[in-house]
Amino acid sequence: MAYSEKVIDHYQNPKNVGTLDKSKNNVGTGLVGAPECGDVMRLQIEVDETTGMIKDAKFKTFGCGSAIASSSLATEWLKGKTVDEAVKIDNMEIVEELNLPPVKIHCSVLAEDAIKAAINDYRQKNGLPELKFDESPVH
Amino acid sequence: MLNFPIYLDHNATTPCDPRVVEAMIPYFTNSFGNAASRNHAFGWQAEEAVDYAREQVAKLIGADPKEIIFTSGATEGDNLAIKGVFEMYASKGNHIITCNIEHKAVLDTCKHIEKEGGEVTYLKVKDNGLVDLAELEAAIKPTTILIAVMYANNEIGTVMPMKEISAIARKHGVLLFSDATQAVGKIPVDVNKDGIDLMAFTAHKMYGPKGVGALYVRRKNPRVKVTAQIDGGGHERGMRSGTLNVPGIVGFGKACEICRLEMDEETARVSKLRDKLQTELMKVEESYLNGDKEHKLPHVTNISFKYVEGEGLMMGFNKNIAVSSGSACTSASLEPSYVLKALGLGDDLAHSSLRFGLGRFTTEEQIDYTIEQVTNTVNKLREMSPLWEMYKEGIDMSTIEWAHH
Repeated sequence: MAYSEKVIDHYQNPKNVGTLDKSKNNVGTGLVGAPECGDVMRLQIEVDETTGMIKDAKFKTFGCGSAIASSSLATEWLKGKTVDEAVKIDNMEIVEELNLPPVKIHCSVLAEDAIKAAINDYRQKNGLPELKFDESPVH
Repeated sequence: MLNFPIYLDHNATTPCDPRVVEAMIPYFTNSFGNAASRNHAFGWQAEEAVDYAREQVAKLIGADPKEIIFTSGATEGDNLAIKGVFEMYASKGNHIITCNIEHKAVLDTCKHIEKEGGEVTYLKVKDNGLVDLAELEAAIKPTTILIAVMYANNEIGTVMPMKEISAIARKHGVLLFSDATQAVGKIPVDVNKDGIDLMAFTAHKMYGPKGVGALYVRRKNPRVKVTAQIDGGGHERGMRSGTLNVPGIVGFGKACEICRLEMDEETARVSKLRDKLQTELMKVEESYLNGDKEHKLPHVTNISFKYVEGEGLMMGFNKNIAVSSGSACTSASLEPSYVLKALGLGDDLAHSSLRFGLGRFTTEEQIDYTIEQVTNTVNKLREMSPLWEMYKEGIDMSTIEWAHH
């Protein structure tokens, strides 16, 4: 199976690798996946409290090239969006952007889950109710 | 000058040795006869070539040429041996003993046997990948007709104690079959010294062509018979019908001859390169060697690099270096290697493994490049691994509630 050029580009030049200070109230962290399953994603957002805009996003991923690319792409898309906009990012948009084959769709699902987990962590820290999401169909 | 890509996946397949191809070519064109055509020169020529190849193959494993049954490869040999013994010796019993790190060609065939009413015991190997001899002996019962244990494992390269296993089989009057696909041509294999009754192997793992292999079937002490699985014409002493693949068999014979004559020299050279690769890669922090350190093929090493995932790791250099991984992501099943899991490795380490298979044409320059590329990629991926960060911060990852999916 050959990788798409976009996956290779994200893998070789991943955007926004790193760690944000999770003790800060305006930082939300999502940690999804499991080492036994072969992929773990940690995605973090830093929210500008006055505008509600995501001003920074970072990731670290243990996984295959498609998992790394999915999380790298997710951080790029998150920056500049409001939290309300970010919550609407759908895994199929990631699949389309990266041309992921069917066997790699779970990587995009994981990225979507990581975004949602990060947003809920941010909401919880700021006294907002947790958002409920439908169970992802592709696990 | 390094030529890319570098091939370090010789357990999957090997390139044909040019000398093998040269030997084969006339049998595609001028000497194209059917080895079963007994009444003209074309047939005689083909038969003569097959007979010669049969001798070359037999000589490599210390067998008599009459004990060699040509097949399409080791998968067919595994099927013929196991199903053939199960059917031929049905009046003696229906129990087969094998182990849990066999190749799928053996395991799936055993599953088929179970569906046919047979009973199969799957021995668990020890953490080093070797069969426990006491457990093997304890598993034998009056209905046991066959022990099927691989000579060497394809993923971790461990070499089973065949002489000890055959001593147990002999003591209890049970036949011993070995899938020796990875061993023949790489290490000395002698069916008499090793006490093997049936043995499958294939040309394409020893610099011969794909699509041709052999099943050794002992003719003396004891005389072993298998029920044919492919009928039609009674070729190969009635055990395997079908027109013989003459050019393939000629190439197989030549490949066996080269292996026999050059094995000592090649093993010395390749194992030195393997040792260098293994030693240097084991210097990488949190790297783990899989399989027994001593009882091991000379050209293989399998290493897990904790906190990085195998497929992601290969992607860092697979434009230039071909290796394979026990990671789930490299298979359609999304399950990591059952062989590594059988050694007691956690799924996380199984996902993080790479198998390096060196070969006849591997050079030191290629190994040096591989050491550099793999080390750099492991380090790069660890910088973006959340697990590596947790490990470095001293977080106990077993206390985290992972969302298994």
